[in-house]
Amino acid sequence: MDFNYSNEQLALQETLQRFIGRDYGFERRRELARSPLGFSAEAWAQYADLGLLSLPFPEEFGGLGGNAVDIMLVMELVGRGLLLEPFSSTVVMCGGLIRDAASEPLKRSMLPRIGAGEIKLALACYEAAGRYELSRVACTAVRGTEGWRISGRKTVVLDASSADYFLVSARTGGDVADDHGVSLFLVGRKAAGVTTFAYPTQSGGRAADLHLVDVAVDASALIGAPGEGLAVVERAVDRGIAALCAEAVGIIVALNEATLNYLKTRKQFGVPIGKFQALQHRMADMFIAAEQARSMAVIAAVYTDSADAAERRRAISGAKAYIGQAARLVGQQAVQMHGAMGVVDDLIVSHYFKRLTMIDLSLGDVDYHLARFSDMLA
Amino acid sequence: MDLKYTPEEEAFRAKVRAFFEAELPADIRDRMRLGKRTRKDDLVRWQRILHGHGWGAVMWPTRFGGTGWNVIQQHIFEEERADIGAPPQNAFSLRMLAPVLMAFANSAQAEYFLPRIIAGEDWWCQGYSEPGSGSDLASLRTSAVRHGDHYLVNGQKTWNTWGQYADWIFCLVRTGTEGRPQQGISFLLIDMKSPGITLKPITMLDGEHEINEIWFDNVRVPAQNLVGDENKGWTYAKFLLTHERTNNAGIGSCKRALKNLKQIAAAQVSHGRPLIEDSRFRDRIAQVELELMALEITNLRVLSATATESRALGPEVSVLKIKGSEIQQTLAELQMQALGPDALPYLREALEMDWVADPSFAEHYRPYAPPLSGQYFNLRKTTIYAGSTEIQKNIISQMILGL
Repeated sequence: MDFNYSNEQLALQETLQRFIGRDYGFERRRELARSPLGFSAEAWAQYADLGLLSLPFPEEFGGLGGNAVDIMLVMELVGRGLLLEPFSSTVVMCGGLIRDAASEPLKRSMLPRIGAGEIKLALACYEAAGRYELSRVACTAVRGTEGWRISGRKTVVLDASSADYFLVSARTGGDVADDHGVSLFLVGRKAAGVTTFAYPTQSGGRAADLHLVDVAVDASALIGAPGEGLAVVERAVDRGIAALCAEAVGIIVALNEATLNYLKTRKQFGVPIGKFQALQHRMADMFIAAEQARSMAVIAAVYTDSADAAERRRAISGAKAYIGQAARLVGQQAVQMHGAMGVVDDLIVSHYFKRLTMIDLSLGDVDYHLARFSDMLA
Repeated sequence: MDLKYTPEEEAFRAKVRAFFEAELPADIRDRMRLGKRTRKDDLVRWQRILHGHGWGAVMWPTRFGGTGWNVIQQHIFEEERADIGAPPQNAFSLRMLAPVLMAFANSAQAEYFLPRIIAGEDWWCQGYSEPGSGSDLASLRTSAVRHGDHYLVNGQKTWNTWGQYADWIFCLVRTGTEGRPQQGISFLLIDMKSPGITLKPITMLDGEHEINEIWFDNVRVPAQNLVGDENKGWTYAKFLLTHERTNNAGIGSCKRALKNLKQIAAAQVSHGRPLIEDSRFRDRIAQVELELMALEITNLRVLSATATESRALGPEVSVLKIKGSEIQQTLAELQMQALGPDALPYLREALEMDWVADPSFAEHYRPYAPPLSGQYFNLRKTTIYAGSTEIQKNIISQMILGL
């Protein structure tokens, strides 16, 4: 067991911290969130230069061979800086999925371009009213003479509006909620029959609904074995969850800092409000929640790479459920303790709060993951 | 960063496990596993066995006869101890007094007391709280007045855990009344056989005799039993409390209790199915298991950070104390609730190993059931002792957060 970061990890952390301090202030972030693209293309190019976009890929594909702890460290700062770029979608989830499950030629064609910042990807794995059930796939893929033809709808595809490719789960067999019969396809954004309905999310990012009408793809677009795509998607979502956990921890810590600072400076009744024990004890609860949440994010990260699916699921769902609760406590109480300042758009506090709330609702919320964790106990 | 145990650590665990399996007396193990009454003899016997193997003090450095193990090794030892059902060691002497003696006592004191502690020769209890001084410990009034080569001690201490077994008591006493209350406190070691000491048992809510009141009436204490400097006792007292609270995380015991809880919930029936299949109840187990998963890592992170930075433990142990005590209470509560109506009988005699239920009902009684309600009631103490949860939150907000 070892709880220390390596020197390389510490250097990466410092670089990213400097970048956020210099180029990604709160005002700049608000402008970006309101811009048509919804994030910074320059920042994306810088991430490529820093090696972030190739961080988890093997060296033979131009990557840095980083592990899940590296991703955790980056995602924590993504949280602190409220970074809007589609790092998790493109690199962690889709990049990770291609690395884990795609054919050699596909890896060779995709991973270096992701690493260079040339292409972005989004994972299209949820459908209307299916909530977080990855097996609930009504979208179909029918085998044709030269490949597959895909039809159906995907909802709230995170970071879809800027994506060049989608990884789409579609049914090639079985009934609508069967575990088997789900296959995974790489679909170009510009393919004939693809339309998107794009919108901003509550926390400033971008997402879109996807409508696919008889979209033709090559046989090579199939990732993994036909009908066996569910495990592949689950693994990618698990990576995304571990990343969200770390992002949430970054926000929780930053929000605690902001709240603590407010308690020390805001005066009422002639004293800083942090002198009141009711607020002190709540702040202590938030500090404890942050420490415990960090421990769970570490567990999530370390077990993301575990080959044992049950062990991985237990860690990932446990962490997401636990951190969701910690985030709710810290988010709501940070707003409460900021008083009316907590409910205005001008302060970063409300933005942190909204992001934490959306993190809980993404890739399975507290109840969903608590149930998964709990079901494994019996 | 890596949460996997190294092959060396796994080998260490196997070694610890093998030792416990070979050397832990079966009668002690059975009493521990079934929640029977704790006896002094069990703890002393076990301490001597550990000491005979060179493992008498796993948290001490080697120069004092400890094992010198790192925090991960200590964690493994504690996990295995709790899992197999070996008794905890006397924390008052090994984990609380000993670090104070190592840091602040003179060499004569350290050389006399430490070997006796590790060998299980002296039983120590703690003399901190007084009837008027609980959370506001610094207001304590038990006085020690210097007369030549000795102090004359007068006053009353209370809540002295296992004081009825004690050969010695380490006491906070008032030696000065100038300045802030913290400034006139000294740390004194008192022989429990001294004339003028009266001990009276306090019965706890579970009906058990675990704690005591101790009166001091003109008790003569040799001046050489003063630890460190006169009127500096508050510094030593806080140092000790930091060590006490680390121990309060109780990860190993909680893991064992969680295992017990799952076994009970699998054996009890609710709505025609094992209770553990009832998602209402199971979700509550899941929730406390998550807290424990997180605390295990938080605990190791805190201990590793202090080891890496070669610094003493600080106020962050308050986090461990708050969470650890809450988890212990929740696990006890869920075990009791899992029993349902079987949690109602109050059978004090069932806490002895040789107890058997009335033969016609023997089948009905699960051997683990009778102690569980008592344990729930007893463990309400955990969020009160060693600085209540509220005091821990004061410490976090003042010492860590600077409020």
